[in-house]
Amino acid sequence: MSDISRRTFALMMGAGATTLAMPHYARAQGKPRAVVIGGGAGGATAARYMAKDAGEDLDVTLIEANPRYTTCFFSNLYLGGYRSFESLTHGYDTLAANYGITVVNGRADAIDREAREVVMADGSRVPYDRLIVAPGIDLIYDSVPGYSQEAAGIMPHAWKAGPQTKLLKAGLDAIENGQQVVMVTPPNPYRCPPGPYERASMMAHLFKEKGYTDCRIVIIDPKPKFSKQALFAEGWETYYPGMIEWYGPDVHGGITGVNPQTGEVETDLDTFRGDLVNVIPAQKAGSIAASAGLTNDSGFCPIDPASMRSQVDGNIFVIGDASIAGDMPKSGFSANSQAKVAAMVIRGELTGSKVFPAKYSNTCWSLIETNDGVKVGAQYAPTGEKIASTGSFISQTGEDAALRQATYEESVGWYKGITADIFGA
Amino acid sequence: MGGADTLRRATRLSGRRVTLKRFVLLAVLPALLSHAPPARAQAGDPARGEVLFRACKGCHQVGAEARNGVGPHLDGLFGRQAGVLEGFKYSGAMKTRGTDGLVWDAVTLDRYLEKPRAYVPGTRMSFLGMRERQDRVDLIAYLKALSREAPAADPQAGTQVRAEIGAAAMRLEGDPEYGEYLSSECVTCHQISGRADGIPSIVGWPGQAFIRALFEYKTNVRTHQVMQNMTTNLGNEEIAALAAYFGTLDPQ
Repeated sequence: MSDISRRTFALMMGAGATTLAMPHYARAQGKPRAVVIGGGAGGATAARYMAKDAGEDLDVTLIEANPRYTTCFFSNLYLGGYRSFESLTHGYDTLAANYGITVVNGRADAIDREAREVVMADGSRVPYDRLIVAPGIDLIYDSVPGYSQEAAGIMPHAWKAGPQTKLLKAGLDAIENGQQVVMVTPPNPYRCPPGPYERASMMAHLFKEKGYTDCRIVIIDPKPKFSKQALFAEGWETYYPGMIEWYGPDVHGGITGVNPQTGEVETDLDTFRGDLVNVIPAQKAGSIAASAGLTNDSGFCPIDPASMRSQVDGNIFVIGDASIAGDMPKSGFSANSQAKVAAMVIRGELTGSKVFPAKYSNTCWSLIETNDGVKVGAQYAPTGEKIASTGSFISQTGEDAALRQATYEESVGWYKGITADIFGA
Repeated sequence: MGGADTLRRATRLSGRRVTLKRFVLLAVLPALLSHAPPARAQAGDPARGEVLFRACKGCHQVGAEARNGVGPHLDGLFGRQAGVLEGFKYSGAMKTRGTDGLVWDAVTLDRYLEKPRAYVPGTRMSFLGMRERQDRVDLIAYLKALSREAPAADPQAGTQVRAEIGAAAMRLEGDPEYGEYLSSECVTCHQISGRADGIPSIVGWPGQAFIRALFEYKTNVRTHQVMQNMTTNLGNEEIAALAAYFGTLDPQ
């Protein structure tokens, strides 16, 4: 079809009665269409890599409900007072302007797998040849008895960055010396395994800066152990003696409920009262994944380890927190890494470009106190069964201050690097 | 037997000492030296500057035989406009500062070395800076003593590298297309624009220096957990491909 007839086609469609039904997003006939649901670390990266590498050969659409994205990674540093909220916020202008991605600012309601169309909340439809589903997590509020979406207005989770993060920050800023914060941390698997413990560190840092060393942060954990435990334990002892208490299930015996009115967290052992309570409930894949039938009993989406392709639908790929990625943790770094594999495979299928063997990697940095950063990371490769770790590393206890400072500075550099890689620069 | 074991241990220890000296101690060396007695003359001490220069040597050469490496050579530095050496891929920021009139002398170098990224925002040099004024004065004195009026005859001849490290990869012709695919793992941290904000720029390096650096991580000569882990699964072909790809890029 020539350029003119393409334009005429679009005009005809635009003028027709079916406007509302779909054609707003319909593109030139014959050009393969890749669509991405979710503009986070996974989805935006995938859209950018497909558009960047395929150029004119591929039509790339990115669907995202929010006009701007706030990164969950580094949001603890905002809580600790190290970064502004604005520094965590990124727009989609560069992806649209420099990479030719069609950015659709709207909410995807459902996936019509039969018709290969994404159904938008306004009823419009976005057709695809290949679809990447990257909705991140949904919170299972009632995994903690007494907790709910409404209760999150009083006991913020702040596990999806945005207004919740600001709410928790306001609560922390209002804490006075001698008051207590209670954190309820999530069971595995969840987004950002070291995140809750970095958050506790940032809370303690914030209080210590004000001289509020009589404040307490009590962590009620459903897990018997947690990520980077030895490193956090060492840091808490060094910097915040007596300020952070951690209770595993063998001590508290189980979380039986929270009461947003009284600020109480009940366990078999005791009732803990917080002047501020941060409840991070259990998690599952973003709801669109479940409604499209892409999840299994775990609440997350099984994928082919070599491509991130859904085990349920050959035209759909699931990346990031919503996927079951074997040994990989749920992190922005992991999502970014998985996005590149999915983008390469899709581009290969739709444009005939070369497909290389999948490789994945992840590193998670955490800040314990000013200039004391630690990290954990690994490389991964697909096996027949899962994405398996092929080598890993972790910061050591007792490392010298220069190395810890270098690790922190590296994490700041990583933030600039990965956000440029996700949103373009 | 015992003799061989002792020898092996000694070699390992000395190898480790070299590693420390080059890659960890170097970062703190200026600070350590600044605790020396303060009775020095205000004029720079080139001998002390030579010791401080060890922190720079991984990337910069100076003297009659100096060549461009990861960083530009520093021969004929004084009086030279910033960002103009032929054959070196400067950041856009450094080239702009040069055309805006930045010329290297004792004063401008002092300010640049104090906080490189503050003085030339966007510089590719991944050096955080030298806080102590006396350190900078001594280093500049050393550079002045070594740096001659005219640049070295053939600055594009490439870095001299230790032949035994990465030699096989250096003989390969890297496939830039494969390198571009592999690079997606690198650019999560190392910015493709060549900017260095806490993580070194790896754009536009001479191929041999790039290959050597990756092999030094692979063989634990350089110690960095992420890089050692990243290079574990990279073979000669992968490393050559990455060097070929990143070498084709121009910093912005």
